[in-house]
Order: sequence, then structure tokens, then C-alpha cells
Amino acid sequence: MSEALHEITLTVNGVVREATVPGRRLLSDCLRRELGLTGTHVGCEHGVCGCCTVLLDGEPVRSCLTFAVSVDGHEITTVEGLSGPGGTLSPVQRAFSECHALQCGFCTPGFLCTATALLRDNPSPTDDEVIEGISGNLCRCTGYQNIVKAVHRAAELMGDEA
Amino acid sequence: MTTKLFGERVQRREDLRLITGQGRYVDDLGHDALAAAFVRSPHAHARIRDIDVSAALDVDGLVAVYTWEDLPERVRDPLPLLIPHPALTHGRTAYPLARDIVRHVGEPVVMVVARDRYLAEDAAALIEVEYEFLKPVVGIEEAAQGAHLVHEDVPGNVGAHLVQEVPSAAGAGASEAIDAAPHTLAFRLDFERSASMPLEGRGVYARWDPDDQSLRVYSSTQTSTSVRMAIASKLGLPLPSVEVIAPDVGGGFGVKIVHPWPEEVLVPWAAMLLGQEVKWTEDRREHFISSAHERAQVQHVRVGFDDRGRVLGLDVTILHDHGAYTPYGIIVPIITATQLLGPYRVGAYRVEFSSIYTNTVQVTPYRGAGRPQGVFCMERTMDRIAAHLGLDRTEVRAANFIQPGDFPYDQGLIFQDGRPLIYDSGDYPESLRMLKELIGWDGFAELKARAAAEGRRIGLGLGCYVEGTGVGPYEGGHVQVTSDGRVHVSTGLTSQGQGHETVFAQIAATELGVPLEKVSVVTGDTRRFGYAVGTFASRAAVMSGNAIALACRKVRDKALRIAAEALEADPRDLEIEDGLVRVVGNPGASIPLATVAVLSNPLRYAFDEETKRATQFSGVSSMDRPPVAEGEEPGLEGRDYYSPIRSTFASGMHAAIVETDPDTAEIHILRYAVVHDCGRLINPMIVEGQIHGGVAQGVGGALYERMVYDGHGQLLNASFMDFLMPYATEVPFIETAHLETPSPLNPLGIKGAGEAGVIPVSAVIASAVEDAEGITIARMPISPSELHELRGLAAP
Repeated sequence: MSEALHEITLTVNGVVREATVPGRRLLSDCLRRELGLTGTHVGCEHGVCGCCTVLLDGEPVRSCLTFAVSVDGHEITTVEGLSGPGGTLSPVQRAFSECHALQCGFCTPGFLCTATALLRDNPSPTDDEVIEGISGNLCRCTGYQNIVKAVHRAAELMGDEA
Repeated sequence: MTTKLFGERVQRREDLRLITGQGRYVDDLGHDALAAAFVRSPHAHARIRDIDVSAALDVDGLVAVYTWEDLPERVRDPLPLLIPHPALTHGRTAYPLARDIVRHVGEPVVMVVARDRYLAEDAAALIEVEYEFLKPVVGIEEAAQGAHLVHEDVPGNVGAHLVQEVPSAAGAGASEAIDAAPHTLAFRLDFERSASMPLEGRGVYARWDPDDQSLRVYSSTQTSTSVRMAIASKLGLPLPSVEVIAPDVGGGFGVKIVHPWPEEVLVPWAAMLLGQEVKWTEDRREHFISSAHERAQVQHVRVGFDDRGRVLGLDVTILHDHGAYTPYGIIVPIITATQLLGPYRVGAYRVEFSSIYTNTVQVTPYRGAGRPQGVFCMERTMDRIAAHLGLDRTEVRAANFIQPGDFPYDQGLIFQDGRPLIYDSGDYPESLRMLKELIGWDGFAELKARAAAEGRRIGLGLGCYVEGTGVGPYEGGHVQVTSDGRVHVSTGLTSQGQGHETVFAQIAATELGVPLEKVSVVTGDTRRFGYAVGTFASRAAVMSGNAIALACRKVRDKALRIAAEALEADPRDLEIEDGLVRVVGNPGASIPLATVAVLSNPLRYAFDEETKRATQFSGVSSMDRPPVAEGEEPGLEGRDYYSPIRSTFASGMHAAIVETDPDTAEIHILRYAVVHDCGRLINPMIVEGQIHGGVAQGVGGALYERMVYDGHGQLLNASFMDFLMPYATEVPFIETAHLETPSPLNPLGIKGAGEAGVIPVSAVIASAVEDAEGITIARMPISPSELHELRGLAAP
């Protein structure tokens, strides 16, 4: 027996994308498999680690806890969509590299998406606000110190550009 | 002046792809591959009665189902015992799929291959395995009693038993020295299980090419060369027909040095058999119950010391829980037993361990690899001695330190590499001085009193360690300069986020005098470099770093010879800077390294303008000798190996100030300070990153992480909801200072840094909590509820 399939349309990183998926297909799997966007990583499949964080209509969500069919018609931003036109790195991306805020890089897409939304809502966060803001994402490599530094640095870079 | 990149805070070359979503981890590859899933044992100890796959056969997209009986010879054999040891008299390894008996929850029983992972899991869920329950053996002391057995043919559940003893200078044994000492103490310590827990689990993706009968395997491994040899052996393939690549790997921390995992054999085998690409990606629950754990030990300590706290005799008996199988031998307890001594000179030392089977996930190295337990033991001992004598804890340590003039210092033991445990260099008194200054040791009593006046409890703790890094047997490096002036570096060991592409490029750029942008580095790809051991034991920078430096020196010598001829100069008068070979003091006389590369390869056929210079009618070649002179090879490239006589010993000291809540018993780390000595630093930014990450894992191990097995051998907390890894909210700001005592053992003077951060953290936090509470801490990790209980027990 075959599963029922559903046609969905998502706007991913500004591009309208169509996919045909079973109802149970997770958004993380749909992005990675159907749409070929493997920058979104899956670290736990139960919504704790935050590796799979993407922006759904601008808000960070766990794509591993979201069914693809449930976001039909919505806008998604993944790590592949954070850079500007021509591949210019976003301030958050630049700051992460500059501050050595990543090692293995597996959790990094989730942190980048989370930090992007955080700084959009709060362009000059305090130390506590940064720590609170990234406290839904696990990193096993960096000890977070340089991630916190990078978020502050990104805020600075965004301030310079504004 | 040549730009020296060695020692600089160079930004990482790896980052661009990783921050733009262009990394290539195993599961990002093989879009159209079939997916494998596994039926795993839900029981800790059981006999398989029957496996009924019939219900799974109707699942749409099912391709194949395999049990142990379906596997051919060699593939079906037990997995290799990687590191045999004479003391490991009863080593046992698992079958790739369980044969008759399962010995831990999570052991693979059936392999399913289907069109995608969802369908493979559908089919796996419909397979019925009938089990006959056997008595699970859980808990290290219960197992050591041997009432029930994990393996029928292993009496007492003892896999290995090893004693090492170093008598005092006067020839006294430890027991004798302790009995004769002015003061003696005896106590027990406990250390619980944790695990590497990289955010990317394991994964294997195999492509069989039926046209040229070759196999390419991508694995999330810490050793691609050894996985390759294991696969070739298991599948009966000629080694040159198998290539293994470790692509981007999302963290390792030890668990991925074990190999071949069942899936690393089965996935390539299925790909060959089916003639289709097959991929398996571990999910998080699988990682908890079928990859490796570490740490659990019970230690019994007896120590004798004098009035100054100098250790005259130390006797440690260790029960080590190695889980259901011993694929990695007894490396972990050997490291505990030997590295326990840390920076200290003790009078007489005896250590004995028994490595015990239990019906739990196998225990193999996790960052630190037995050292956190050993350091916990020694540092708890130092604190107890200080408390007993009423001395400052740093004074007791200082009284026992090996002094800077004592190196090389022979501890008289045999280390994990089978070689003598001889420390090469270090400066422990200076390290302690730096640490005391960094944390404000001498002013702390006043701080503590002030806090107490406000009703707050704070405590200061410290921990010292020595870490054998850069273990052999060897690593190699290959360096090739191509006619476009680019430098291609490869080494066989793998990367899991340490920044090897950057630091190895720094080494090559410094050695060759070329801009960093010209250098590219490939690791862990057997197509580029076939001889290697792997990434573990803080060895990558020491081993491959030095091998690459040596290979670069060969290339440099050759480049200078060729350039000298072209410039009609003496090679000794030449230098290379910014990719240009030139006569020192005569900037006009120079030749680009790219041109040297062209000239190094005598050609019949030009393929571009530049290479016309090396063709046979160009007039550059001397008529007096063959185009490729005797003893020479074409091309500007070099290969060399670094194989050390023995390990090099890094060291460090940490201190922490903690606050414990008088009501809730919550433990907060207020400050955390690290003094770290890994010899010469290649890239301080990267070393600090390694320390931060290590300390964070140490904080997890000290306060939050443990593997909770019930009496049935069920892992109760096999999810990130329940196994508490620290978030940003739990990890303190880490203050770091570096000391550099170069290693005399290698050309670059470096020591390893990868594991350092994690090693002393449990010892440090125990010391600090003890100081805050005035309650003896003998078991880690410690949770608020456990501290609360200890308070209850300590109350009059």
C-alpha cells in the first residue's frame, strides 16, 4: 500500500518551491530531501537540540517538530537564505566566523537562524539576553563563549551598517 | 622577512562552507541512496528464539531484510578486537547483527533496507523478534560479584585485570610505604557514566561501482584509513578497490574512533549485494543505546603521607565498567591507572584495575578517555590530605610537584601506547602560580567571609592534570606544489571540527613561505593519503602537524635546489617569501614557486603557456644527466612521516568558584579559570576554542550528565530531554592563560590540546563544592538533590 501524497507550496529563501510529500514528512526532511537544502541539520529529532531551527514567517521554529504539510503556503528561511544577494555574508554569519563561534559546524545553522531572529527583534541585547536568546540550542564543541561573543559582534556589525 | 603564520590567530578556512549551509556531512550526501534502518534489542540480556519478518514484506518500498543468518562468512564474524592486550584475557566483541544472544538494549538484530528511511522504519516496526529473557547484569559492583554472567564463558564478568606497581626510591612497595607513613587515609570514590554525544550521530553511505568493481564509503568516523582496511578485509576486496572518506563530521569526541561499527560493515556489504547506493544515518535514540559510553568507575584509595602532605605511598584499586563488549580493549582503564599520577612525584604507587562486563552499552574513549576519573581520584586525594593536615590545598600540591629540573621524568609505568610513561617537559610550579593569580586564590578567604556575612555560600576548588598527547605510532603528510603555485596538503587523519584545515595550512604556509590562501588541506580521505592512524588522544596537531612540516621541508629543499640552478645561485643563499624564491639581499634575482614546480617536472607535452618552459626543446635541461636525475622524482612534492619515540605530555590547572544555594542546593559556577600548557601554540584562537568546549563538556559531566540504567538494563534517559547536556545558560565564562613549555620530542615543539579542557573539571567542581559546603564530596556528578541529601547526612 502506498501513502497518500500532498502537494504543497512553500516560499523558501524567497523562491517559490513545490513539493509532493506524505502527511507525516517532517519539514526538516522535506527541506533536506525534497528541496535539497541540506544546510538544515537534524541532531535529535525531538525538538531539544535546535540544530534544525529555521525561520517560519520570520520566527524560529524546530523544523524536526513541524510537518511540511502544516506550513503549506508559508515562508521559510534556512541557513542557505541568510546571505545577501551575490552571496554576501550576513552580519551574523560574518561574526560567527570572526569570533570562532563554530567548530564542527553541525549546530551552526540553527544558531545562525536563532541569532538572526534575536537581533532583528532586539538589535542591542545585553549579555543575559543573548544567553537567554540562544539557550534553546545545543552546541557540543564551543562551550558557547564564542557564540555569545559572536552575537554581540553581529549586533555591532548591524549597527555599523544601519 | 617571510610572514610567519605559525602562532597567529588566523581565522578558520573551514568556516565559509559551514556558515552558509554548504557543509557536506554524511547525511547530506547520497540523495537517491536506499535507506537502512535497524531492529534493535529492547532487552538488555536475552536469547533470540525466533525472528518473524513476514509482516514487513508488504511494506511499500521495502528492498531487503537481513538477519545474522543471511550474512556471508567474514561479514558475519564478530567485529575486531582493535587493541589486544595481554591483560585482556577475556576480550569479547559483538556480531554485526546479534547471533542468538543480545547483551544490551540497542544491540542490532535485523537490518532493513528500503526506498527511504520512513519506509525502512515502517518495515522494522513490523518485524517480530521472540526473546527468552536472561538475567541482566547491571551495576559495576553487582557485576563484579559474578552471580550472573554477561558472557557465559567469562567467569566473574572480568574481562581484564592489570596491576602496575612502582616501588619507592628505597625499594618499598606501596602497601609498605603507606603503613610506614606518619599519616594514612582510605576512602572510596565513584564516577558515573556519560558519553561523547556529538550533535551529528554516526552515519555511513556506500556506493558500489559495478563497472570497475570498486567501493566508495563515506563514514562519520575519526579514522577513515582503518575503516577502509576493516571493510576491505570483511568484504574480501582488494584494498585499492576500497576508498573511505570522512567528509564534514559533526563532532566525534571519541565515540567515532571505534570501528568498524556494525553499520560500517553492513551498509557497504548491502550496497555491493544490491548494486545500489545505501545510506544509514543514526538517530538520537540509536546513538544513546547503540554507540559508546564512558567514565563509570569505582575507586578504592589508600594513601600514606608526611606532615607536609608529601605522598609516600598510594594504592588505588579500580573497578571499571566496560559494558557488554571490549572492541577498544582496555585503553580507558590503562589511561586512568597511569595518568592518575598527574604532575606529582609519589613515593610508591600501586594501581590495580578490573575491567568488568555489564549488560549495558560498550564503554570506549570519550574526550579525556579515563583521565577525568584518574584526575578526580588524585585531586580528591590531595584535597583530603590538605584537609587532614589543615594545610592550604595548593601547598600540598606544590609539595608533591615534579620540578622543572626533573624532566625527562620517568613515572615508571607503561602508558597506553605500550611505551614508558616519561614526561618530556612542563613547569608545574609556574602553572600553579599563574592559576592562583588568575583566580585570586590568596584573596579568596576574605571573599568567602564577605559572602558568608551576606548569607551566601561560595567555595573555591582546583584541579591539576598531565595529559599524554600525540600518541603514535605515526601520521604522514603529503605536500604538492602545482604549476599554478597552489599548495595541496593532505594527511590521513580525520577532522571533526578541530580546525585542521586552518592549522595545517598555517604550518605549510610558514614552512614553505607561501600565502595562506594558496594552501588547501585535505584530511581523512584515503584517495589522497592512505596511511594514517586517526584522530584521538589529542594527537592530530602533534602527529600530522609535524609530518606536514617535515614534508614541507623536503619540498622546500627541492624547490631551493631547482631554483638555485635556474638562478645560478647557491641554494643556501635562497629564501622563499610570498611564493617567490629569491636570493637573499638581491630582490631582483627571483623565481616564482609556481615556475619551480613547472621546472621540477620535465615535460614532453606543454599544456599551457607556463609549462612550455619545462619541455624538451626549451633548453633548461642539462645534457649531462637524465632529465630526472638519479634519486629524484618528477614534481615538486614531498611526503614524510612523524613517528615519535613516545607521547608528549601537556598539562594544565583549573580553578573554579562556585556558589551553592542554602535552600535549593543549586550549584552555580561563578568563575572558571584555566592555565593551559600545550607547548608551542599554532593558533591560540583555536586552542582556546578547544579548551572552552572541553570545559563545557566537563561541566556537563560534573553537574548534569549521567546515563541512568535501571536494574533491567534499560537506559531511562535516552533523549536530550532527559540526558542534560549544558546549554549556554549552564556554562560559565572561561578565563584562560597559556604557558608554553615546548616539547623537545618533535620539530615543532607542540603538544596536544584537544581533550585538555574536560579532564580536571569534575575534580575542580568537587573541590569547590566541598569548600563551599564543608561536606566531603566523593561521587560525581553531583545534582542539587544529591547535595541536599549530603547536607542531610552531614547534619548533626
